Amino acid sequence: MVDSKQQWKAWLYLSPAIVLLLVFTVWPIINTIIMAFTEGYTALGNIGEQTFQFGIGNFTKVIFKFPDFKECLINTMILCFATVPISTFLALLIAVCLNSIKPLQRLLQTIFFLPYVTNSIAVGMVFAAMFNIVGTFLGSESQLVTSPGIVNYFIEISGLGNLIEWLLANYPNTISWLTTTYPISWINDGSTYMANMLVIIVYIVWNALPFKILILLGGLQSVNKQYYEAAKVDGTSRTRVFTNITIPLLSPMLAYVIITGFIGGFKEYSSIVGIFGESMGPPHDPYRLNTMVGLIYKELPLNQYGRVAAAALVLFAIIFVITMINLWVSKKKVHY
Amino acid sequence: MTEQKKLSVMRERNMQSETQKNKIGKVIAQILCYAFLITMAFVILFPFYWMIISSLKTVDEYYLTIPTFFPKTIVLKNYFWDAFETANLSRLFFNTVLVGVVSTVLSLVITVLSAFAFARLEFKGKNALFAALLATMMIPGELFTITNYQTVANWGWVDYEVNWFEGYAVLIVPFLVSVFYIYLLRQNFLQIPNELYLAAKVDGTSDLKYLWKVMIPLALPTLISITILKMMGSWNSYVWPNLVSKIAVDQPNTYKLITNGLRGANFTLEGSDRVNFPVQMAAVVVVSIPLFLVFIFLRKYIMKGVSRSGIKG
Repeated sequence: MVDSKQQWKAWLYLSPAIVLLLVFTVWPIINTIIMAFTEGYTALGNIGEQTFQFGIGNFTKVIFKFPDFKECLINTMILCFATVPISTFLALLIAVCLNSIKPLQRLLQTIFFLPYVTNSIAVGMVFAAMFNIVGTFLGSESQLVTSPGIVNYFIEISGLGNLIEWLLANYPNTISWLTTTYPISWINDGSTYMANMLVIIVYIVWNALPFKILILLGGLQSVNKQYYEAAKVDGTSRTRVFTNITIPLLSPMLAYVIITGFIGGFKEYSSIVGIFGESMGPPHDPYRLNTMVGLIYKELPLNQYGRVAAAALVLFAIIFVITMINLWVSKKKVHY
Repeated sequence: MTEQKKLSVMRERNMQSETQKNKIGKVIAQILCYAFLITMAFVILFPFYWMIISSLKTVDEYYLTIPTFFPKTIVLKNYFWDAFETANLSRLFFNTVLVGVVSTVLSLVITVLSAFAFARLEFKGKNALFAALLATMMIPGELFTITNYQTVANWGWVDYEVNWFEGYAVLIVPFLVSVFYIYLLRQNFLQIPNELYLAAKVDGTSDLKYLWKVMIPLALPTLISITILKMMGSWNSYVWPNLVSKIAVDQPNTYKLITNGLRGANFTLEGSDRVNFPVQMAAVVVVSIPLFLVFIFLRKYIMKGVSRSGIKG
């Protein structure tokens, strides 16, 4: 019963949303594709009514000639493939443990959700402060270290510090990937790439846990108790219950957190800004830790819209492919 | 026969020892669980603890070689008004609240109207349009940013100097419509029986009155979830306000949001190269507190919205 009055009304109600979506969503999609496939497109050239050729030059330039592109892609990949498995595994452990206890469950659940309601820039600055060597540490012997920071303090009192110092004195090559000095320079001048990465990974995992725990715990609580009763009657061992009942029944939620984790990982940007600031790297090597999204924001004010658009489309393609692979794998493995 | 008997006896014994083992195993598992959870809880909480105690220390105490775990002297001056002045927090606080409230209200109106049309009204191409909307959710926002930047720049909303309308509009307008919110609310509206709408029609109630009197009260929890997520979104937004205000050299801090002030501020002490970490941490606490308050009082709604979206803010 499609009467014309309802039609007219429906479009009236939808009009604000549609107008805004046309301007800020649909047009950007079209425009980005046009810019990306227009050779050497720049905003200034466009104003100057320069004519452009159609072609894939922007893509080849971005992928093969843009020195930053490869670096950003590698950084992003490392972050994804390190943080998603670690945070998923930890979240699963925490969710299973939370599900199996009674007292303190609600309190702990609340604590584990806390990092979710934070500002990722603000807490990134807290992490930076924790890893920072404050004072005038510049990496050379003559300079005085005032305070090595709280993380280095923990390393010192846990005894790990002795090990690192011993390694540095005797086998510096075994630890040079992490540090060449002690206390370890995590994010300051003279810090190594891996030390920087470790800080970011710790922060991202810390930040990613709440959402994953929430979803996995929700999944665990909705699992039918009958499966566990049956396993109990059969005298199935704890490990077998976990691998043969819990994991398969939880697989849809696991697939969900892994896919969203990868998508979020490829869009990583603000955690790094939180720790390192807009320079996206330690003072002696800015932009060393730039990501795909960071690359887009770095290039955007430089007017090379064609290349930026191409980079954005490449990012979209990567996210799309990874999501498809994940969906394909989970279709095979996920038990619904 | 005897073989079978033997087997069943063995199985019984096995079962018995198994249940005993199970009991001991259960206790051990519980202890391990608590140990693991409590350790992790400390790891999760430590940054918050460190942020708060650091914000109360004097600079000299912060720079001690052996860090103190509780401030010797509590310095409230770090907050009032060092943090506010250094990071320009009062102005940015005002901006953020204004942008948050205006964009939430407008966004709610648009979302309610659209969700109502999709849930209750019949029109040609409804399903196709809805599917197209959902499809746009797959595309990363960065792809829109490039063109949106050009668009607002063409409208003159990004410039060396802009007036108050342009300054705020550029932060609000591009993000007014969220397909996800429309989807969320439509699902909620669909659960409300259609008979109510038809009855209202028979009574001659107008659509808007019906929306206001029936649909909105029934869908209130979803609307609250949307409000919270949207407010948190503007509180946490960093990239876009930073991007559009980069060029505004004449008024660098006038139309930024609170997170920009935090990251952009210079906390270095005058006449030295030492960073005033306590004041920096105080600014971080100021930015974090509203989020914690929202969390404490409205946890239920946040978790509900989050578990269905996976979107932060």
